[in-house]
Amino acid sequence: MDATLFTDARLIDPVSGTERRGDLRVVDGRIAEPGPAATRIDCRGRCLAPGIVDIGVKVGEPGERHKESFRTAGEAAARGGVTTIIVRPDTIPVIDAPELLEQARGRAAEARVRVRHMAALTRGRAGREMVEIGFLRDAGAVAFTDGTHVVRDTRILSRCLTYARSLGALVIGHPQDPGLSAGAVITSGKFASLRGLPGVSPLAERLGVERDLALAGATGVAYHLDQITCAASLPALRRAKAEGLDVTAGTSIHHLTLNVLDVADYRTFFKVTPPLREEADRLATVEALADGTIDVISSMHTPQDEESKRLPFEEAAPGAVGLETLLPAAMRLVHSGHLDLPTLWRALSLNPARRLGLEGGTLDVGAPADLVLFDPDAPFVLDRWKLASKSKNTPFDGARMEGRVIGTWVGGMRVWDREAAHA
Amino acid sequence: MTFRHRHLLGIEPLHPAEITELLDLAQHYAEATRRGEKHGTALEGLTQVNMFFENSTRTQASFEIAGKRLGADVMNMAMQASSLKKGETLIDTALTLNAMRPDLLVVRHPHSGAVNLLAEKVNCAVLNAGDGRHEHPTQALLDALTIRRAKGRLHRLTVVICGDIAHSRVARSNLILLGKMENRVRLVGPPTLMPAEVAELGVEVTDDMAEGLRDADVVMMLRLQKERMDGAFIPSEREYYHRFGLDAEKLRHARPDAIVMHPGPMNRGVEIDGTLADDINRSVIQEQVEMGVAVRMAAMDLLARNLRADA
Repeated sequence: MDATLFTDARLIDPVSGTERRGDLRVVDGRIAEPGPAATRIDCRGRCLAPGIVDIGVKVGEPGERHKESFRTAGEAAARGGVTTIIVRPDTIPVIDAPELLEQARGRAAEARVRVRHMAALTRGRAGREMVEIGFLRDAGAVAFTDGTHVVRDTRILSRCLTYARSLGALVIGHPQDPGLSAGAVITSGKFASLRGLPGVSPLAERLGVERDLALAGATGVAYHLDQITCAASLPALRRAKAEGLDVTAGTSIHHLTLNVLDVADYRTFFKVTPPLREEADRLATVEALADGTIDVISSMHTPQDEESKRLPFEEAAPGAVGLETLLPAAMRLVHSGHLDLPTLWRALSLNPARRLGLEGGTLDVGAPADLVLFDPDAPFVLDRWKLASKSKNTPFDGARMEGRVIGTWVGGMRVWDREAAHA
Repeated sequence: MTFRHRHLLGIEPLHPAEITELLDLAQHYAEATRRGEKHGTALEGLTQVNMFFENSTRTQASFEIAGKRLGADVMNMAMQASSLKKGETLIDTALTLNAMRPDLLVVRHPHSGAVNLLAEKVNCAVLNAGDGRHEHPTQALLDALTIRRAKGRLHRLTVVICGDIAHSRVARSNLILLGKMENRVRLVGPPTLMPAEVAELGVEVTDDMAEGLRDADVVMMLRLQKERMDGAFIPSEREYYHRFGLDAEKLRHARPDAIVMHPGPMNRGVEIDGTLADDINRSVIQEQVEMGVAVRMAAMDLLARNLRADA
């Protein structure tokens, strides 16, 4: 028996929505009842919480290993307190067949954190033929998504959802009207008009939400909206939840902490999909997270190399890395008084784990010892060149942040030790 | 000297006093040129490179003549034909060119913000000759000089900009400049060709020509690109001309002494009636072209002075 006792911790429990000062015992990789322990770790009053479960991480394997490998993504996750990454199927080639998923799972063993895989909903994410949802589930796919390639044809989407429903598979959609958002690189409005950039209105997201929720209601499928970022999307989402549909929603850390003005003079590290919104939409999204309308926060980690960002804004690739900055960025919501830590941890850990049917996200006895120890107030200035990701495209370069991960454990194994790394 | 910038990337960063200084100098050059003084020395010993990633005959010619009149060594690079086809990135092209040590770089690019990006990577002064839908500062300055000469002032005028505002860098630079100089700016055009929430920029917006032209001192027509006439933005060319094309009849709503402007090249019979465009009592379109050279001489002169002061 291998027992470790974390002493004097500020324990963040998203299940009960409370925090308390105390000890936590881990035996053989799982959280256990209090008792004797050979190893003791003094937390010195810092926060100990369930590890973050991050839905929608892009790893460049297969196809773009120069942007991110499973090894580097795992390292970035460990440093960021993320103990499970749910990786996206929008690779080259697209993960749309069980054989490809098996190969990716083989490569994923290089990561130091847990990896779960999503598969495409349609072949090649082309929106025409559904993938082998049954075989892919057997191969380990935890959800099905075409990512930002919205299935345009409503009849095809409807059939995919109906079929997925029969297998109990979770489908993740990117709510966006593809016509309105075609060619857009920024949220339309005064700022976009001044900069002369092609914009998209929040209406495109609302139309996507309303279509997808109507189909989810009609088919009864378990449906998750990947990123809700606008106030206009919220009424339909609240209505669907009130009606008892099996729907949940996520948002990205960047949409919770940044707004369209951060693009400033065409800064391409702030080009993400969907584009950053107006401040009023950011605040509405934060409030929807606080009241539980939005369930999940993701980093939407999207590594891009320097070359794909050193271009005019319209030509630059979208996306930002986020695994390592997710926790300190999310702490901004706590420091600003919008959320308390247990509520934040529901969105970062408990809700995504539950939605995907994974263990974890709790400090309950018997749960896997996937843990993050962090100092919620430790200040630092982010230097993008020190990130573990192969790609350094973070919008937080040079930003003052508060909240630092001290240690990360996956199944009781220590995968990050900041003090040792900086000793 | 008031003008303090290293580059001329847009009207947005300029202070009204800087605009006035530039226009005063341009006025001086316009008069000198009319007197036949076409061999200045302000840019002597400097290398000016015109880098056009988008076709333009008139703007490129205007910059070239402006540089030559002030003694610069001018080189034109047709960028569409060269490196971009070979896959070179904008930044690499900029760095390559920078190594040849030009002093003034005149850039036009189809993407908004591309000229700003390029300016970050080079040591010389960069002039934006139009980037995407963003800005076209020398066009706004030449329009301002033309207005000032015709109206005797550049403030408290009602200026109407009409046409495809959404895709127009000329409209953006103009509305920013005219706002800075405290004029009333009115935008007229079909709502499908208006940028989102443009009214928040401090301008009036209407889709009714008669209402839009009321009491106008200046009427600026914009070019309607052929590719926008096919039903995607407006139903047809003839319906557009009927509703928004400027002719003597519609111009009657403006002030009797209102001037008519167009940045060129014109589509006669689409956005403007040909006879009106040629009416020397109303149209200042040819003077705009003349002032274009003067304004570009002034802009390059001021930037060169700052370059030399920094050296």
